[in-house]
Amino acid sequence: MESLIYLIPVALLLGGMGLAAFLWALKSGQYDDMEGNANRILFDDDDKPLPPNEELK
Amino acid sequence: MSQVCLHCGDPVPFQSDGGEGFCCKGCAGAYGLVNGLGLTTYYERRTLNPDVKSLRPDLDAAIIDYRSHILSEDGVNTLYLMVEGIHCAACVWLIETALGRRSGVSQARVNMSTRRLVLKWTDNDIDANQLVSVINDLGYRLVPYDPSLINSENEKVEKQLLRAMAVAGFAAGNVMLFSISIWAGGDDMNTATRDLMHWLSALVGLPAVAYAGRPFFRSALSAISAKRLNMDVPISLAVLLAAGMSLFQVMQGAEHAYFDSSISLLFFLLIGRYLDRRARGRARGAAEQLLGLNCVSVTILNEDGSKSLVPPGQIKEDMIVLCAAGERITVDGIIIDGLSDIDSSLISGESLPSSVTIEDQVFAGTTNLSAPIRIRVSATGEATLLAEIVRLMEEAEAGRAKYVAIADRVARYYAPVVHLMALVTFVYWISFGGAIWNEALLNAISVLIITCPCALALAVPVVQVIASGRLMRQGILVKTGTALERFASVRNIVFDKTGTLTLGRAELINQKDISKDQLELAASLAGASKHPLSRALCRLVPHVGVKKGVKEIPGCGLESEGIRLGSRSWCGLEKAPTHGGPELWLSVKDSEPVCFEFADQIRNDAKETIEKLKVLGYQIHLLSGDRLEPVQKVAENLHIENWKAACSPMDKCKELESLDHTLMVGDGLNDAPALASAEVSLSPSTAIDVSQNTADAIFQGDKLKPVLEILGVAKKCEQLVKQNFVLAFVYNGFTIPLAVAGYVTPLFAAVAMSTSSLVVIANALRLSRGKI
Repeated sequence: MESLIYLIPVALLLGGMGLAAFLWALKSGQYDDMEGNANRILFDDDDKPLPPNEELK
Repeated sequence: MSQVCLHCGDPVPFQSDGGEGFCCKGCAGAYGLVNGLGLTTYYERRTLNPDVKSLRPDLDAAIIDYRSHILSEDGVNTLYLMVEGIHCAACVWLIETALGRRSGVSQARVNMSTRRLVLKWTDNDIDANQLVSVINDLGYRLVPYDPSLINSENEKVEKQLLRAMAVAGFAAGNVMLFSISIWAGGDDMNTATRDLMHWLSALVGLPAVAYAGRPFFRSALSAISAKRLNMDVPISLAVLLAAGMSLFQVMQGAEHAYFDSSISLLFFLLIGRYLDRRARGRARGAAEQLLGLNCVSVTILNEDGSKSLVPPGQIKEDMIVLCAAGERITVDGIIIDGLSDIDSSLISGESLPSSVTIEDQVFAGTTNLSAPIRIRVSATGEATLLAEIVRLMEEAEAGRAKYVAIADRVARYYAPVVHLMALVTFVYWISFGGAIWNEALLNAISVLIITCPCALALAVPVVQVIASGRLMRQGILVKTGTALERFASVRNIVFDKTGTLTLGRAELINQKDISKDQLELAASLAGASKHPLSRALCRLVPHVGVKKGVKEIPGCGLESEGIRLGSRSWCGLEKAPTHGGPELWLSVKDSEPVCFEFADQIRNDAKETIEKLKVLGYQIHLLSGDRLEPVQKVAENLHIENWKAACSPMDKCKELESLDHTLMVGDGLNDAPALASAEVSLSPSTAIDVSQNTADAIFQGDKLKPVLEILGVAKKCEQLVKQNFVLAFVYNGFTIPLAVAGYVTPLFAAVAMSTSSLVVIANALRLSRGKI
């Protein structure tokens, strides 16, 4: 039974961390666009900016 | 002809002005632009969605002055835009990259769920119109919106519910952890450990109940202060009493505590509530999107002869407004220059355009068809015909009795019964059971916990969430919460004619009398014009390119190399027989002139839909503002016996009052008051904005079948809600006697409550699949 002294706080702490992480994610807008984020991970990062193009300025 | 445009994916016409591989100049330009940006991978990644606006750049779309919509703060300029034409994630990527590459742009982010773009830049030298034009040139349409007006309230509530749900979920999990160890420990667990577990449960459970229960407590309080009872009253009471009593029990060192029941109850209910809110919010957001895309600025002519764009709100009397062909007129006024045809079907239901000239009056909400006109504004804002109709509509709305949702109706009877039963239990145990008062109270409260309408409170929202999700996939947006319940009780269906039973646009009706060559010749001229009749011709033979050197003569027609396509008088055929509708004549030297007859066609599944509705036992009515003959024709065609023509908006309202349980389906401004006074209302997405705002639901597309679909889903929905109520009552019928007798332990309460909720949810899920 002594193990409870460690295990209960650990359980609560871990759960609490999960909750805190979720609330933070919600607050920072990560739940605003679920559809977009699901697709964004599929974008390749190879679209580096081109050298400045005079025509577009 | 099987070739499709490299940019927009539409078929490429035979003689395209866009050159090899493109359907038009705009697409060729857009392709060049994408190429120039080095973003051609876009074409490999995208998937075109046929339901979304084609990516063909509309070269003569109304111009919007974006500069007046910039919000500046701390040197950062921000533009909030709604984007039309997003097909898939590649579109998002293309828009973001095309904008993000511009130097000075600090943020260009598209929200794919809401189709909104936030654009931020710091460099004040950047011209907003020029910046945004890149995206317009790619074929998307951008419309500014005011972020403070749209949806913010809804989003706030949604986030609040999500936070409450997270807290409740966390607490429910942890409290359940302690509870399970108590149940598993059973008699072997010593009292000290059990009390520790109870205290820990209280430590986690009580603050969580206080936080996560707020949405329910608030609603319950407002109901009580209005001397009503809703479902949230018994919920709040049960949750608070369970938590309060458990605390008292724990302080006494008693065997049972109900923290787990109380918090997991909240968790389940919050899931239902959040889903409900989100489904409704998405439908409303989509409807707002449709509305927002209609708002454009008005071009006015300044005294010095220059043109400028102003938002409709800034128009004043005596200003001169320019209205291009094909544009919606946004003001009431007198024409001072120009000769054109006006389509007033949205105002009066009149299907034939009327020709207007100098000194004629035009009204806001009508569409200018054939040639540009100049209008001197005679009335603005409150004084317009539009405002008059809105007033009529508000009166109708105020007259409509407030509908009480089925859940609240049930709660009205349920709550007193439950509270009474708890009281009876308490009195019984005190007087006959020989119990001391806290034991009697314990039993009374366990009655409240066990009857707490977990399943009842989920019975309606879960069904509605699934129903509106199903409808949304079919392009039907349900805007109001109780709409589905009201749809289920409909007995009379009243249709408007123009734009509702019909498509609201002209189509060629005598194609069989015209040879293919003549049609193609006419279309090759018509391609140069924006007149709706010309457009209708071009739609029939999309592969025909535009002839070179076509001249458009306003009010008359089109001419090229001696070939004329236009009005009868212009072609010199005054004496020819007429079919009574809009027409175009094609006159070619040395040959017989050909008449192209047009009419506003009935939606192609209207007949079938009306027949099915009749079979289902609905009374069908037709009320139109149009003249007798066209209305009669449509009524006969569709076998509608109850019809009335030439109805004013007032007449329609009166007619509706004489019917009960009516569904009004209409699109025009003249329908808006009727839409408001009917028990429930439906509009096509082509409807004027006022009507869309008023309607309980909006359907998209060229078919009338959604009427059938929504009525079917509503019926099914009602059936499932009733089944769910029965399930919940049966469950209560079994458990209440146990609770009264004092046999309900926390374990029993937890199991009983979760299973009843799951059964109700599983039953509701049956709606998402299968035929109606």
